[in-house]
Amino acid sequence: MSPGTFLIMRHELLLIAAALSVLIAEIFWNPEKKKSISLFSIILFGVVTIIGFLPSPAGALFGGMYISSGARLLMKNILNIGVLLVFIQSVTWLKKEENVEKISEYFLLLISTVVGMNFMISAGHFLIFYIGIELATIPIAALAAYDRYRNKSAEAGIKLILSSALSSGILLYGLSMIYGTTGTLYFTEVTKLFGNNNLQILGFIFFFAGMAFKISIVPFHLWTADVYEGSPVNITSYLSVISKGAAVFILIIILFTVFPVIIATWQKTIFVTSILTMTIANLFAIRQQNLKRFLAFSSISQAGYILLGIIGGNQLGMASVIYYILVYIFSNLGAFGVVTAISNATGKENIDDYNGLYQTNPKLSLIMTLALFSLAGIPPVAGFFGKFFLFTAAAQKGYYLLVLIAVLNTIISLFYYLLVVKAMFIIKSENPIKKFRSDFPTRFALGICVAGIVITGFASIIFEAIRNLSFGV
Amino acid sequence: MDILSLFIVIPVLTITAIIFLKDAHQVRLVSAFGMGLQLLMAASLVFLYLAARHAGNSDEMLFVKDYLWFKSLNIHYAVGVDGISVAMITLTSLVVFAGIFASWEVEFLRKEFFVSLILLATGVFGFFISIDLFTMFLFYELAVIPMYLLIGIWGTGPKEYSAMKLTLMLMGGSALILVGLLGIYFNSSPGGSQLTFNILEISKVVIPLPAQRIFFPLTFVGFGVLGALFPFHTWSPDGHASAPTAVSMLHAGVLMKLGGYGAFRVAIFLMPEAAHELSWIFIILTSISVIYGAFGAIAQKDLKYINAYSSVSHCGLVLFAVLMMNQTAMNGAIIQMISHGLMTALFFALIGMLYGRTHTRMINEMGGLMKVIPFLSVCYVIAGLASLGLPGLSGFVAEMTIFVGAFQHPELFYRIVTILAVSSIVITAVYILRVVAILLLGPTTNEHFEHLTDAKWFEKISAITLIGSVAAIGLAPFWLSTMIGTSLHPIIEKILALNPF
Repeated sequence: MSPGTFLIMRHELLLIAAALSVLIAEIFWNPEKKKSISLFSIILFGVVTIIGFLPSPAGALFGGMYISSGARLLMKNILNIGVLLVFIQSVTWLKKEENVEKISEYFLLLISTVVGMNFMISAGHFLIFYIGIELATIPIAALAAYDRYRNKSAEAGIKLILSSALSSGILLYGLSMIYGTTGTLYFTEVTKLFGNNNLQILGFIFFFAGMAFKISIVPFHLWTADVYEGSPVNITSYLSVISKGAAVFILIIILFTVFPVIIATWQKTIFVTSILTMTIANLFAIRQQNLKRFLAFSSISQAGYILLGIIGGNQLGMASVIYYILVYIFSNLGAFGVVTAISNATGKENIDDYNGLYQTNPKLSLIMTLALFSLAGIPPVAGFFGKFFLFTAAAQKGYYLLVLIAVLNTIISLFYYLLVVKAMFIIKSENPIKKFRSDFPTRFALGICVAGIVITGFASIIFEAIRNLSFGV
Repeated sequence: MDILSLFIVIPVLTITAIIFLKDAHQVRLVSAFGMGLQLLMAASLVFLYLAARHAGNSDEMLFVKDYLWFKSLNIHYAVGVDGISVAMITLTSLVVFAGIFASWEVEFLRKEFFVSLILLATGVFGFFISIDLFTMFLFYELAVIPMYLLIGIWGTGPKEYSAMKLTLMLMGGSALILVGLLGIYFNSSPGGSQLTFNILEISKVVIPLPAQRIFFPLTFVGFGVLGALFPFHTWSPDGHASAPTAVSMLHAGVLMKLGGYGAFRVAIFLMPEAAHELSWIFIILTSISVIYGAFGAIAQKDLKYINAYSSVSHCGLVLFAVLMMNQTAMNGAIIQMISHGLMTALFFALIGMLYGRTHTRMINEMGGLMKVIPFLSVCYVIAGLASLGLPGLSGFVAEMTIFVGAFQHPELFYRIVTILAVSSIVITAVYILRVVAILLLGPTTNEHFEHLTDAKWFEKISAITLIGSVAAIGLAPFWLSTMIGTSLHPIIEKILALNPF
């Protein structure tokens, strides 16, 4: 093994180094200095993110268990950007008295999940994939219970760990069937040996169900709202953006590279689940009062739209999915950023509390509106372009009915997004949230989100770059 | 920078300037300046356009600029205008200009009001200059969304309900349009060369008929929602009644024309075969719009509702004429769009001014206003006469042309629907004259009305701009119909080549 081969695993190695540095800092720094662990970790992670964009060799390691390619590197880089934003957004929250003790835990655990996601995305073998997915999930369960003295937070942690254990079980069961019928777990070999054997199809269905849990696709979404509501806001935003994005990435890679033989099967599966996901999540979202639950259901419905990009199995589809995740990171983190800022300042998390927000905090209201419009797919913000490309990808393969159902669903989603806009701009309140000024990290992160929401759409170069790295079945 | 893109750049710059203004009083001055500039630009565009045509330029679209945007999907930012779009752009800049002056006295969140209003206008301008379906759709949605805030924040009555209903129904329409556009795009090159969103390129190919049969109704209904096609018109009365003055003006005057223009430019122009095949369904629906809208207006007591239903009737006539698919009727349709746009904007402006004085919009609570506020009352009469199609004003030219065109079809079906549609003129006369009689003539019923003041200077600017334009079209319609007529030629030729009838 030459030193050059290490470069192929650069992302993972750097992340592990970053995690270890945080650990060492926690052990050796004196207590006064520990408050700056936030800054230290963010700078470390920022450096890792930047290095990630440097050109990197593609190739396979460990006999094909680990694969690195342009598309996979791109996915990792996009996730890194999102994680960095979440880190910056959580600084204010970590400064709170009850959290100061646990700052390094937060960063250490989150960086480990990123390591897990990176391994998962680079997997060339189902075992690596499985290890990655576990590493990406279990630490989050610990973090969901971060406010462990709050019952809801503890409940969220338990719910997350139990449901992810269940989904892992289902996933493993499916993998065992695949192994039983093909005798291998290497992606390349499974592809060759896969046919339309019933047991193999059953194995695939179990695999898909397991992934559906992770992405929270209806009917496997029931854990989502409770976990999102109970967890601290920053963990919720991490779960809804980064974890979901990583799971979508690996799902699309596996569907496109491992299961192209049974494309007809998974197209049918996705057709049904995508309609269910969009419709049910949107209908539930209408009734939510808590903004975290609200955004939870909104993020489930977003997963339904994302499936539209996967269903065609085409290059445009993969490009639109990766692009949409990028846009979604900015939009959803923008919305969560506002929720975090308000929750930190006032502790309020209900839609009613936002009544009259524009009068007192116009900037936050405008950012929230921009983010919600982007999630709803309203021009000229990036969400419009993202949705348009997803729909184009599905239409390219003739799924016009599905596209029609999806666009009608965006109308439902527009309805509930507008409810929040209405609360902020139209409804008068006797007792609106007081005017407050957020601190620098919050404003910085929100600024990046806004820039991302505005620029990502117009700058066609981003989409074209993503498309050039994508591939179809 | 090409001249057409300036129509987007100027509003955007105006918005930017407003955002950075500290002084709320300057906001309206800056808006008026920006939109005045836009009006001058529109006027010079008309001259440039006519000059180019005189010079013998016979391209379908003039001032074409094309920038590649998303290479892999062949999405362009492409602009270009023919006589029809020039007319629509002029209409838009007139109405927006008048709208700025009609909302001179908005106090609450003034900055935000003008920003949203001009943003809405930006979307409309962008829509009319686009010749790429993608940018066209983008601007279309951009024009719809500010409506929600404009009605929700500055509206009256059940504004939240109306705003939500209007936004969701129009976005529902745009959902259908989106599917239709994707269908057109993926059928835009049956030969297998590169797919395109460019209207001119698509118009050169024949989209396969089975695809047309699916995507024509989607596109037509999608645009029809905005053009108040029965039974998708229900957003219009509520929306218009709740909206603040300038928004009603812009919405009924311009935004509803997006529907007619889109139905014509996208649905019928690109898919004429299916349009010919399926037009009878939509002709029936639009005839219902025309008559039902007129009867609806008779039954209403609220001035804004009367005008909203009258808009349903008049815009129904636009779609009705477009579906006749011959030169005369289509020519009439475009003139009707311009005429109705100006006239209804004038109506809504006057209603807003009256409401600002009397604090009621119920006709039975008013009376004898002619003696108290003669300027506004005379303007109202002029608007009413234009609306019922009095010769010398724009409404006559438009409706006459439409009915002549519609009657050119020899089949019994066309004859019957035309006669039905013509009867709407009579009904229109009933509700217009009734309102004029109750509202303006007779004794002053309410003593509070004795002390009303007549129009202020900014209200006069708003009203005179619109009345001048209405009269100009009525007295000298030929320059307009020539401008439109020459631009209709390629479209009519395409239709006739495929369906000689």
